[in-house]
Amino acid sequence: MLSDSDRIFTNLYGIADWRLAAAKGRGDWDGTAGFIAKGRDWVVEQVKASGLRGRGGAGFPTGLKWSFMPKASDGRPHYLVVNADESEPGTCKDRDIIRHDPQKLIEGCLIASFAMGAHAAYIYIRGEFINEARQLQAAIDEAYEAGLLGKNAAGSGWDFDLYLHRGAGAYICGEETALIESLEGKKGMPRLKPPFPAAVGLYGCPTTVNNVESIAVVPTILRRGPDWFAKLGRPKNSGTKVFCISGHVNRPCNVEEEMGIPLRELIERHAGGVRGGWDNLLAVIPGGSSVPLLPKSICDTVLMDFDSLREARSGLGTAAVIVMDKSTDVIKAIARLARFYKHESCGQCTPCREGTGWMWRVMERMVQGRAEPDEIDTLEQVTRQVEGHTICALGDAAAWPIQGLIRHFRPEMEARIAACKAARQTGGAAPARMAAE
Amino acid sequence: MAGPANDTPPPDVESFAFTAENQALIARIIAKYPPGKQASAVLPLLDMAQRQMAAQSGSAWVPRKAMDVIAATLGMAPIRVYEVATFYTMFNLRPIGRYHLQVCTTTPCWLRGSDEVAAACKRATGADWGKTSPDGLFHMTEVECLGACVNAPIVQVNDDFYEDLDAASTERLIEALKRGETPPMGSAIGRQTSAPEGALTSLTTLYGDKAGSPTPAGE
Repeated sequence: MLSDSDRIFTNLYGIADWRLAAAKGRGDWDGTAGFIAKGRDWVVEQVKASGLRGRGGAGFPTGLKWSFMPKASDGRPHYLVVNADESEPGTCKDRDIIRHDPQKLIEGCLIASFAMGAHAAYIYIRGEFINEARQLQAAIDEAYEAGLLGKNAAGSGWDFDLYLHRGAGAYICGEETALIESLEGKKGMPRLKPPFPAAVGLYGCPTTVNNVESIAVVPTILRRGPDWFAKLGRPKNSGTKVFCISGHVNRPCNVEEEMGIPLRELIERHAGGVRGGWDNLLAVIPGGSSVPLLPKSICDTVLMDFDSLREARSGLGTAAVIVMDKSTDVIKAIARLARFYKHESCGQCTPCREGTGWMWRVMERMVQGRAEPDEIDTLEQVTRQVEGHTICALGDAAAWPIQGLIRHFRPEMEARIAACKAARQTGGAAPARMAAE
Repeated sequence: MAGPANDTPPPDVESFAFTAENQALIARIIAKYPPGKQASAVLPLLDMAQRQMAAQSGSAWVPRKAMDVIAATLGMAPIRVYEVATFYTMFNLRPIGRYHLQVCTTTPCWLRGSDEVAAACKRATGADWGKTSPDGLFHMTEVECLGACVNAPIVQVNDDFYEDLDAASTERLIEALKRGETPPMGSAIGRQTSAPEGALTSLTTLYGDKAGSPTPAGE
């Protein structure tokens, strides 16, 4: 188990004061100007050496991402954009960083912006986080008053402005190019890549989009050294991670733990165990709604990091652990996620716009069992036709939970269909093979 | 679009103008973006218009006249503002009740009993999905994940999240709102934000096992 001395977010629960003076007491803003004095390349190398992988879901190496930014400006400004559009079902970690440890994020914004030659950064926070946005703005204002932002930020010689921008309710704006579109005042519709944001991003300028947690851990990595971070967890899966444990556990919570902690230990040590005991576990969605669920047999031993969960044909995603006990109608749980993706599809690409609705409607019939067994194969095939055929990953995210359900719970789906058929023997028509609205 | 389809054209107001106070704020908002990029302010201005409508009429919504004012203010074609206003779920295109009950029913909330919470909302207010209660006080919207899943189930009332709800605490919340009170936001069971209920399992060397103590007022 991670010891408290290795925890980065020492005010995760807001037990202590979030304001600047208290944050400095927790170590924030200690030696910031000194890091910047060592130069842009040094910062990028430190982050690379730490092994930090993006905490927003995709797990791309953060230092490598920063190194894609042009080394010198061609006249266009550079931007850092922080993705605080936390909307992946199950995920609520950035909310705690924003409201309880905001100075870690603000200091991280200065350091990361310097490392990519940006004099301005925008934090895009989801619209529903109204109180969180007020608190973060108050923290930014405090940092300005203390000279930590603005001209010669924190005495570093680097001029840096940080702006907060609120969204207005759209999951798709968590996709980095949709977020940029939204920030420019448009509908949140993802852009084709390439060009990648590091070449053509916000206002057509070189831009890097990073998750809140990825940015907020950087100051501590620099203070304690990349080796400290790299030694936590397993190779290529290093560091600490804020996990969100929701669903059928006795004590749902957020907790910062070491990467690679066994799923069972995470749930039993911090979330009070599965409701009714470990043997009452049915399945876990280990990384937010987009990743395939895992049945208990895999949950018994799986480790919580990028590569372990990929080997189990799922993913760490945002590390949002959604626990379902044996009382759960797992088909209904996934059907509800299918409805989520139908609601959140931006409508730009046909496979996603039409496919998410089709998959949801068929899933609703699967919940009732009003289907033929071979329609499970049809549903699986349709998920394959959506996956990989859209501009952004929302189509993939809509397909994967259904693929996971079919992979691990096909017998349950077939039994539901058989039960429905048996009930129909006593009268009633055969199910219409339709997914039309 | 959230809620059942409503094919009747949205209503509008006779006229709309930002208050002097808000007009002063608009200049500050636009200054956050580079020169010529003032369209970035469209979301903040739509939000401002919705809040001004709430203050003036008791109902948070954005009439088309307000969108036209925003288009003129930001130098945008009106259609560009309309398409933004209709794309994002937080903009109400029709009048709603004084209290907007946004009930999350996505899987993490559903696993923890959001069906019971939604039923309690309907029972206590007489409203329904996409509809306003007979007394005009409450409007119910089924929303997707609000991002507070370890405190599920959640209802967002206007700006505030009410967390760790069940049927009984939801009804108490609504009765308090009917009396004109504003119950403290956050956990209905007195949890310290997202910490596990009861004793802490981490950060104990810093805080002992202080979890469960409610956040000080004004936090």
